[in-house]
Amino acid sequence: MKMKSPTALIPGLYLTLFFAYLFGPLIIMVITAFNSSTFPRVSPWECFTTDWFGKLAADDKLLAGLGNSLLIGVGVVCVAIPIGLAAAITLSQVGPKLRAALYTIFIAPILVPGVVIGLSTLIFWDRIGTLFNAPYESFFYDGTFLTIFGQVTFIAAYSMLVFLSRIQRFDTTLTEAALDMGATPTQAFVKVLLPFMAPAIGSATVLAFLASLENYNTTVFTIVSSSTFTTVLSSKVRYGLDPSISAVAVIIIAITLIGAIIYECRNRYNTKSWALVVAERPALKVATHPGTVAVILGVLALAAVMFIQNHDSNACTAQILEDKRALQQKLMEQQSLNTPQQNVPAPTMPNLGPVGGNEGGASAPSPFGNNIFSPENLGTNTPNDQ
Amino acid sequence: MTKEISLEHVWVEFGEFTAVHKANLNIAGGEFFSFLGPSGCGKTTLLRCISGFQEPTRGKVKIGGEDMRGVGPNKRPTALIFQNLALFPLRSIADNIAFPLEVRGVSKKNRRKRADELLELIALPGQGDKKVSELSGGQKQRVAIARALAVEPDILLLDEPLSALDLKLRQHMRTELRAIQKQVGLTFIYITHDQGEALTMSDRIAVMNKGKIEQIGDGKAIYDHPTTSFVASFVGENNVLDGTVLSNDGKVMQIDAGLGTPFAVENHPAGGPALAPGDACHLFVRPEALRLSKDESAINQFSTNFVTEEFEGNMRHIVMNASGKDLKLSLINDGTNAIEANAPVKLDFAPGMGIALKPGELASA
Ligand SMILES: Nc1ncnc2c1ncn2[C@@H]1O[C@H](COP(=O)(O)OP(=O)(O)OP(=O)(O)O)[C@@H](O)[C@H]1O
Ligand SMILES: [Mg+2]
Repeated sequence: MKMKSPTALIPGLYLTLFFAYLFGPLIIMVITAFNSSTFPRVSPWECFTTDWFGKLAADDKLLAGLGNSLLIGVGVVCVAIPIGLAAAITLSQVGPKLRAALYTIFIAPILVPGVVIGLSTLIFWDRIGTLFNAPYESFFYDGTFLTIFGQVTFIAAYSMLVFLSRIQRFDTTLTEAALDMGATPTQAFVKVLLPFMAPAIGSATVLAFLASLENYNTTVFTIVSSSTFTTVLSSKVRYGLDPSISAVAVIIIAITLIGAIIYECRNRYNTKSWALVVAERPALKVATHPGTVAVILGVLALAAVMFIQNHDSNACTAQILEDKRALQQKLMEQQSLNTPQQNVPAPTMPNLGPVGGNEGGASAPSPFGNNIFSPENLGTNTPNDQ
Repeated sequence: MTKEISLEHVWVEFGEFTAVHKANLNIAGGEFFSFLGPSGCGKTTLLRCISGFQEPTRGKVKIGGEDMRGVGPNKRPTALIFQNLALFPLRSIADNIAFPLEVRGVSKKNRRKRADELLELIALPGQGDKKVSELSGGQKQRVAIARALAVEPDILLLDEPLSALDLKLRQHMRTELRAIQKQVGLTFIYITHDQGEALTMSDRIAVMNKGKIEQIGDGKAIYDHPTTSFVASFVGENNVLDGTVLSNDGKVMQIDAGLGTPFAVENHPAGGPALAPGDACHLFVRPEALRLSKDESAINQFSTNFVTEEFEGNMRHIVMNASGKDLKLSLINDGTNAIEANAPVKLDFAPGMGIALKPGELASA
């Protein structure tokens, strides 16, 4: 073994710190999803539980918001991708002066704050609605419609950037060759340009969908009386969090990981060197096929869901509750010893919880004291209530 | 089917810049016609006018007697082989060749059959499933030709298709192209800035410079009897002397080129640009037209001094100096042409081998 000089360790240290910075919060979040504590935290560790997933599944507001978000995401993709593609094609075909001007115009929505886009979308369609004397139920006032249009303004610009970088590498003589060979302009577009743009369309679709899903600034204005995943989450933050949010994070991370693994497998599977490796090994070829990988991951995910459904942590949580009761009992006794006048209520911590103090949960020392995050404020969200 | 093409006063202007300057020409059906000219002289632009990617700003392009104005490239009976070939990188070789049939709605089975036939023709049988990136330069070339032939065009336009190839392959492809042309009997319009290519392959050649067609003729006419100074200096090697016409009897001119006695030079046989006494002129004499004087009384004789020699085996390329003017001289290495390095040497040339033209722009070496 060779001794490494201290300077040689620096890149490793840097990498460790970097990854800790990147993934630390995610890891903590995942851990909190399995802690039975009513506030998302890692310590004190109470019980391993999967109840938060159950709670999540029963959260109608969040699910409705998620449904809306997915619908809006699909809508945004359907509108923003064609617009972005058209803008990129236009930019690639006009002269340099016009291109600079158009580029600035197309890109402007990215530079405008989302809040402004949200507000102006709201006001614009409201004006239009008033102009047509549309009733309040019409789509001019519909949150989903407004959100799609609000988000499209800047997501179309994002996807245009993705398309632009690809289309710059397109050899326009290919289109000319197609035309020369008797193709109509439509055929030339569908058979030559579109296949070339396919990878960019794929990544722009994913980007647009994710950008739509996670958007808050614009959505919070345009969604009006409806709600999306992000607006429900933010209201949760305002009115009290519980670890079902971490459960959401676990699910999203799991889906992302599965997607990334399958994608990476597919890439590796399609490389030439790997094709050579598996050429004479049919078993390995089947085993490393992205389809096989997808099936394995699907089975694992299914197993996880089954586990979550069947895991019962009631015994442990009951035990924890019991401990807390005992602790409170002890505190109370101490209190009564310290304060001679029994009939005057002492302003001590356990009694500060405005609701549910008699439940016993109030005795858990909240790190934030009596603040809005206090889980007790929800009153009914202790796991054993379900 | 072959169709003749005619360009009538075709101009192409890009803003202030004139890329094609009043091109007039007729190309017969079945002809192998070449455009020859230096880079940027408007060859590609002219070809794009014929194929329909560029509308002339003035003038007419007619194919088979029909005015092509407003007829798109996909409606013209032409197929263009692009300077960069423009094969579709995402398609297999067979799919590339079958593309023209695909857009015409030919069934998959028939497409494949035709593609296989064409692959046979270009000597790449059974390679239809390869990717474009897996082919060599020359093979790509042939695929581009096959794809253009699949269009069943009346006219095949080729934009410097051989420029990317190495010398050996280029010579091979030349003969092959010519063979394909004979075999399918199409009108070929061929662009090149390689003179050897133009001279060996073409029935007729148009030499272009700065958007203008300078001369149209077969290889021999272009080489032996250029009509402008540009053509004389661009095609092949040439020595140029500034001179003045002393007299012109309609058959032979006397020209003073400042090298002693005036030279006798025959007029252009096709009645080319006539020069009158007193006119300034460019006198061109090809290196192979100059010879060592064996006879003291030879006509068009002048005295020179040896400068350098480049030995090429069968030929000796010698530079001689005559009154401060360097002249190139090519001699066959048959042992009869000894030159002594430090003694003055007398050279002469036949009156029929000198070319006197109005002074004009010369091709830069
Ligand atoms: N779209 C255009 N806009 C402006 N100028 C152009 C355009 N296309 C060509 N030109 C100009 O026209 C001139 C002729 O171009 P062209 O492509 O026909 O040259 P070429 O003879 O084919 O040259 P090469 O042998 O290098 O291919 C060039 O000076 C070029 O800069
Ligand atoms: Mg060109």
